[in-house]
Amino acid sequence: MCRTARGSNIMSAEFYYGVEVFLNGLMAGVMYSLVALGFVLIFKASGIFNYAQGVMALFAALTLVGFQNGQIPFASLINAIFGTNLHSFGWHLPALLAILLAVLVMILFAILVERLVLKHLVNQEPIILFMATIGLAYFMEGFGDLMWGSEIKKLDIGIPQGGNGWVESHTAFLGGDDFYGFYLDSLDIVAAIVAVALVASLVLFSQYTKTGRALRAVADDHQAALSVGISLRTIWVIVWSIAGFVALVAGIMWGAKSGVQFSLSLIALKALPVLMLGGFTSIPGAIVGGLIIGVGEKMFEFLIGAPYLGGATENWFAYVLALLFLVFRPQGLFGEKIIERV
Amino acid sequence: MNTMTENSTVGYVTDDGRQIGGTIMEMKNITLRFGGVVAIENISFDIHEGEIRAIIGPNGAGKSSMLNVISGFYHPQEGEVWFNGQKRPSMKPFEVAALGIARTFQNIALFKGMSTLDNIMTGRLTKMKAGMLSQAIWWGKAAREEEEHRQKVEEIIDFLEIQAIRKTPVGRLPYGLQKRVELGRALAAEPKLLLLDEPMAGMNVEEKEDMSRFILDVNDEFGTTIALIEHDMGVVMDISDRVVVMDYGKKIGDGTPAEVLANKEVIDAYLGVSHD
Repeated sequence: MCRTARGSNIMSAEFYYGVEVFLNGLMAGVMYSLVALGFVLIFKASGIFNYAQGVMALFAALTLVGFQNGQIPFASLINAIFGTNLHSFGWHLPALLAILLAVLVMILFAILVERLVLKHLVNQEPIILFMATIGLAYFMEGFGDLMWGSEIKKLDIGIPQGGNGWVESHTAFLGGDDFYGFYLDSLDIVAAIVAVALVASLVLFSQYTKTGRALRAVADDHQAALSVGISLRTIWVIVWSIAGFVALVAGIMWGAKSGVQFSLSLIALKALPVLMLGGFTSIPGAIVGGLIIGVGEKMFEFLIGAPYLGGATENWFAYVLALLFLVFRPQGLFGEKIIERV
Repeated sequence: MNTMTENSTVGYVTDDGRQIGGTIMEMKNITLRFGGVVAIENISFDIHEGEIRAIIGPNGAGKSSMLNVISGFYHPQEGEVWFNGQKRPSMKPFEVAALGIARTFQNIALFKGMSTLDNIMTGRLTKMKAGMLSQAIWWGKAAREEEEHRQKVEEIIDFLEIQAIRKTPVGRLPYGLQKRVELGRALAAEPKLLLLDEPMAGMNVEEKEDMSRFILDVNDEFGTTIALIEHDMGVVMDISDRVVVMDYGKKIGDGTPAEVLANKEVIDAYLGVSHD
């Protein structure tokens, strides 16, 4: 950077607006990564593409809101059967306690999935396991509705929302009089920090702990893992619990942004192109893939989409990019290269 | 052994003067069927503490099935498995590993994406005490424990002379070295009984000699009891103390290499016999 550029009017507001779009793209990318992460964890450890990951995020968010607002689970069902008129316990739990309870529910969910589904499908084809997760997704969707009701709920655990004033006022000096500083949503900033912390702890966990090493071992070779004394079933429960926790985090962030409702489960669709870029087996890949998609779609819209293509390119950009990747680098950016020995 | 039962017999002294202990494992009337196919038919044999016990036989004789029964991958329909003087209930492979029975596989089962060091480190899993939660809370304690295990793993790496490939992902190693890493991972568990499924399959003469030396050294230096399956008759007769011979799922011979070689049924199974 040359000296004269600093704090001067040489850079146009248009340029800084571009930077802002870029930053917002990064933030959006983090949100995609959060969802993709859950897929990668389960795929790595068990070779299962978990179709239910999006619904898990919805279910986790529903549970969190339900606990927080003191909702009575299955209230409408109970009312319908017994003719009662129950709705709420009448208390309001602190956010932290509600999160803790939601985590416990997700762990319980992981145990049940292992007991009732996975256990019976050991050594089956991946497609069978995939089909099982489709069934799981629809079951959970209905179960979530039944348990907590299907109306749109507001998720508020005290994360600040709206434009971040601090960032705005501290970056205003960059441009000229017509530039008021970067507009970044506080929620996105929090989400980014949480995502970074989450990934860092996951990486530390898998590299430096006994359980982490066991997870990597199972991801690599089931039979060998058994022979060194690793219980596959325990590992699967742990993996699904972690994926459930990641789903909860994603559910909180997306739920706070756009409300907790059925469409929350569709965030899974946004994770697909991220996985194709990052590879299904790489945690850093999920992050970088998410960032590329987030920045890519925002910048494409800003530079090409809006001015030349009539806008709304964000809806399809990610999928087209993923398609290009599939053609030229099917293993993704970080996925293990597929070498077939002949 | 302090839990002597009527199954335990006294030890013996080998030709080269090594003292062999009492029975550590006993297979009693094992029968294993896959549908209508009888893989193992009513076989009994024992393994003494400190000996090298070989199971040999032509292809399809049921040797690997027998090893899989011992390591819990297969569960026999009939018969009992006794280990350390106690009848072993039906167990999963990871539970058997926790008992102190480690194994290698015929078609190497290593964690291909992980380094040699990490692979051997996984062998220590059954020895690690700190659980997930305590590891997260008492980071220092867990780190100390990790250090101790690392020490042990380095000793094994030195022992197997694979220092040069410590950090190499094992998927990139040549076959012979992979076999050695797999042996290292099994040794890391400090097993009471070490099962080797064709440790020399697919090796050239030099690699076979290396592997034979390591097997003998393991037995000699650590006193590890070893049960192995091998095709190469020369190697088997050289390194093992006693041999079980199987053919079509049945036991046709059991004894020292010299005894087995003199057994007519064994000669027939290996060289063929005219059926008239």
